[in-house]
Amino acid sequence: MNIPEDLRYDKSHEWVRLEGDTATIGITDHAQEELTDVVFVELPEVGRAVDAGDPTAVVESVKAASDIYSPVAGEVVEVNDAVEADPALVNTDPYGAGWIYKLKVRDMAQVEAMMDAAAYRGMIG
Amino acid sequence: MVPFAGWNMPVMYSSILNEHQAVRGSAGIFDISHMGQFIVRGESAEAWLNRLLANNVAKLGDGQGQYSFLLNERGGVIDDLIVYRRRAGEFFLVVNAAKADEDLAWLKAHGEAGAELIDQSAEWAGMAVQGPESPAAWAKVFPDTDLPPRNGIADLPGGGIVCRTGYTGEDGFEYFCPASQGAAAFRSFIDARASPCGLGARDTLRLEMCYPLNGSDLSPERTPIEAGLGFFVDLEKGDFIGRERLAAQKQAGPDERLVAIECTGKSAPPRAGYAVVGPDGKGLGTLSSGVLSPSLGRGIGMAYLPRECAKVGTEVQIDVRGRQFPAVIVKKPFYKPTHQKG
Repeated sequence: MNIPEDLRYDKSHEWVRLEGDTATIGITDHAQEELTDVVFVELPEVGRAVDAGDPTAVVESVKAASDIYSPVAGEVVEVNDAVEADPALVNTDPYGAGWIYKLKVRDMAQVEAMMDAAAYRGMIG
Repeated sequence: MVPFAGWNMPVMYSSILNEHQAVRGSAGIFDISHMGQFIVRGESAEAWLNRLLANNVAKLGDGQGQYSFLLNERGGVIDDLIVYRRRAGEFFLVVNAAKADEDLAWLKAHGEAGAELIDQSAEWAGMAVQGPESPAAWAKVFPDTDLPPRNGIADLPGGGIVCRTGYTGEDGFEYFCPASQGAAAFRSFIDARASPCGLGARDTLRLEMCYPLNGSDLSPERTPIEAGLGFFVDLEKGDFIGRERLAAQKQAGPDERLVAIECTGKSAPPRAGYAVVGPDGKGLGTLSSGVLSPSLGRGIGMAYLPRECAKVGTEVQIDVRGRQFPAVIVKKPFYKPTHQKG
């Protein structure tokens, strides 16, 4: 199970990579493995303001549609059009080319409060 | 694993897409031990079944099977099933797991002397081996026994039964054996290069063929005529439960029909429950089934629509979370297997 040390994690299996006040958000290797073949990604609109816990994107496998909840509050500043065109990127490169959207973070404390790699590894057992 | 009609069933073993491709391209094996098996026998067995089932049992010779329906008084579907004639006065019925108890209660309530009904659902394990290479898998496991012809049934040495049927559109067979032998038999077909497949691939494969799933596409409120399955109903054979309504619908044309809807571009996967709307945004119906077809790479689904909107070529839209995806009503099935034979 790939759980990069430099990322933060949410209990609903999203990851956050922080660069300045911009958070890149995707789903974890564990999540993509559970979902299996991702066939569709619905991206949020750029400019949308989201609160922590808001359903912000949808990742669909053959069997089910799964909401992606924003781990932190902020404004959507960029979305990954590449996963819309090739949803399998979420499976093949969940922490890289399979990222989903970027947020301008409203409250850094929310990122600090997220799990680190060790805590997430402990949670998924 | 998910609960399914009182059984724990795998949605997939590896990946729905890989399992789907295995069946379309080589061979896959599904555990169908959950399905129900009844024996009906006796001097009145044929006549009795013909009063309870919509298709004509009298057309079957020894070792032949047919798709049929158990209907309520209003012509609605209690269950869809396959009935095989083993020999004169003895029939083998394979029914849906979720409906087996209801089927039994209905059959018993309409029972009559001279037709004995035996529930063997608990005694049999079952597995469906499907795909162009399934005859090769069969030949490896049973080198001395030929498969029966399409829709046929045959006894095997050792107490098993094999039927040349399936739910995928591909060539294949369903093998039933005493429950105690089931696990070993399943492994022997895997060793013969059939990939294990779960409920997920079973659904994508059957929907590409427009094979209905009872409880989704069929219900006690819908008749086989509305579902476009009149081919499996014999209105000329004499009276049977539900006949009156079916005959009236066939003559007048049903008000609603189960149609095949294919998305015309890239879309979110259609799913059961999504609304089908007209070009003007007016609601026309609801998807009874929907998936992203792995073979076509397009969203597909079925829905009961008013007959004026049910013509092939009619443009509609599928509403997914408030977003509309363009789609068109197409001829059934969505997919034509290239390997069908037998």
